[in-house]
Amino acid sequence: MSGVTVFGLCAAAAVGLGLYGLITNPQPLRKIIAFNLLGSGVFLLFGVIGRRGAAAGMGNDPVPQALVITGVVVAFSATALAIALVLRLFQTTGSTTLSNAAPSGTGSNPSGD
Amino acid sequence: MLPPAPAPDAATTTSGFLLVLSIVVPIAGVLLAFVLGGRYVRLVAHTIIPFGVAIAGAILLALPQNEGPLVYLLGGWPPPLGVALRADGPSAVMLATTAIVICAVAIYAAADFSVPAAETRAPFAFWILLLAVWGALNTIFLGGDLFTLYVALELLTFAAVPMVSLDGRAETLRSALRYLLFALLGSVFYLVGTALLYGLHGTLDIVLLSRRVGAEPAALVAAALMTTGLLAKSALFPLHLWLPPAHAGAPAAASAILSGLVVKGSFFIVVRLWFNVLPGLPGFAATQLLGALGAAAIVVGSMVALRQERLKLLIAYSTLAQIGYLFLMFPLAYDASGRLASGDALAGGLLQAVSHATAKAAMFMAVGSIYAMLGHDRITGLGGVARASPLNVLAFALGGIALMGVPLSGAYLAKDLLLRSANENGQWWWEIVLQAGGMFTAAYVVLVLAHALAASDKPIALAGPTSRIRDAAPLVLSLCSLLLGLVPLGLYLPIPSDMTSSLFGPGILSKLLLPVLGGVVIAILLSPWPHPLASSTSGKAIMTGATRVRRGSLALGYLVERTDEALSQWPAASMCLLLLALLLGALMCVAT
Repeated sequence: MSGVTVFGLCAAAAVGLGLYGLITNPQPLRKIIAFNLLGSGVFLLFGVIGRRGAAAGMGNDPVPQALVITGVVVAFSATALAIALVLRLFQTTGSTTLSNAAPSGTGSNPSGD
Repeated sequence: MLPPAPAPDAATTTSGFLLVLSIVVPIAGVLLAFVLGGRYVRLVAHTIIPFGVAIAGAILLALPQNEGPLVYLLGGWPPPLGVALRADGPSAVMLATTAIVICAVAIYAAADFSVPAAETRAPFAFWILLLAVWGALNTIFLGGDLFTLYVALELLTFAAVPMVSLDGRAETLRSALRYLLFALLGSVFYLVGTALLYGLHGTLDIVLLSRRVGAEPAALVAAALMTTGLLAKSALFPLHLWLPPAHAGAPAAASAILSGLVVKGSFFIVVRLWFNVLPGLPGFAATQLLGALGAAAIVVGSMVALRQERLKLLIAYSTLAQIGYLFLMFPLAYDASGRLASGDALAGGLLQAVSHATAKAAMFMAVGSIYAMLGHDRITGLGGVARASPLNVLAFALGGIALMGVPLSGAYLAKDLLLRSANENGQWWWEIVLQAGGMFTAAYVVLVLAHALAASDKPIALAGPTSRIRDAAPLVLSLCSLLLGLVPLGLYLPIPSDMTSSLFGPGILSKLLLPVLGGVVIAILLSPWPHPLASSTSGKAIMTGATRVRRGSLALGYLVERTDEALSQWPAASMCLLLLALLLGALMCVAT
């Protein structure tokens, strides 16, 4: 099994875990972490694709690396914005559930458990 | 027929600098507003907006004089090494629409978000976000490669999400967070698609990709993933969980931007994807699925809209139905042999997007004024509002009439174009959906107007002063939508020249009456609220006859509302997203 295949499988596993977490976890903070895992899987996929360019005789294809850097910045800003919203929600209501029929005054901490 | 494949860009065209300006100017406004601080932020926005409108106008004028699209190569590097900005007909039209809507919203919002008082940050945030949305949308319309589009799409989401929660209430914070998380899920799908396409062809430039992409399995998977991700961002049924609370909870000016413009950003990328990047894919079955989802969105969105108690929620759900209407253009673009053939469908879909952008923004703003005046927006409590605030009710009515597709309006021309391509391609089933869509739109407009025009027993207590200029903004915008059929858009969109003459042809009366009459029937059957006209004696006689039918249809409406609630749960909606990606991919794989 070549390195590219191993990394490709790792990327697929990270994407799968992230998707599962994003869909099933009810707490926003865990959803955000799952999104980051999902994003890391996709960036790894970009890395694998860049590595495949190396087979054609080049050292490494630089374009996917540039795309990953931009993607990391975008994912970082998305995380920052989401965290800011979660914090604000916690300050306003004292809980961070996403459903509108939230039980009031449960006073859970921002991680939701 | 589609135009022949465009040649790769050799160099920047003479007016190419306009494309850069149209992105740089709003972004410069954002930065300037941060530097100058809260006191000058509205001044900065109102200085930047005329420049932006002038640039959009200049692009509109420059495009017909140029053969082919306007191009700007960043740094002078041609693709695949560099990145290009391109403006073709559709992007020029969308740029102009965006400029007009932003301008109207800025005039409308001038009083709402004036110089900030001691502690509020909402005005500061609103004007910055307005400019940021504009910059992001312009990048989407001009971006020449898929990764630029990804970044612009994310910028658009990041600017749109805080607009939802400008007032900082817990309810709006929740809808903003849900919107952000679902949009992020969608954007990851899009990003995986771009990674696959880059791995296949070594470029993400739209023109280069359109020549290289064939029906390889990986390209089909990429197309399915990217389309699904964009559908999540455009809130096509059943991926709409975030839209109604987000659009209904935001302040009126922000709702107008979110509903009129932000949703069109991701829709425009879907259009780019199917018509410009992947015209070689076997998409007949997949686009039939897109159309079916659109039809479901029309039925569910309209039926739930008619059952809403609050006016803003009604309009938010009607946005859902209109988004479904937009996606009907995709199946109609394929002829019987399964090739992407018709320019009519493309022109019709984009015209519908333009008329929805202007009309829906006008309706949200008019409702915002009514809300501010009454202190509530319960539909049953609207009696007498037409006398108290005639301009706003007129703006709402004209916007609604424009959306129904009465002659002269952009929506009418769009419906005619779509009907024509349905007829040419032998897909008669979409003709039924198109006609029904017009009737459903008429239904909720008629419902609201019936309540607003009814006399009130008690005088209305005005909660706040009104301003003429503020009321004029939605009125002008809805007039734009209503008279769009007269604008010579043939220069920019592939509209056949005999279409505009049919605006004045015979049979116009039937085309006018059909949606309205159908709408009245639907409104009576599906709206659960006591009707102001039904209390008269003749009204009662009719109603007793129709009671049994009405009871049945109300039960149906209740069922649809429950289904919609079940689909609006997070796990259900995300599972729908995965299923949809699988289905789209499978349909295309089977077709090869």
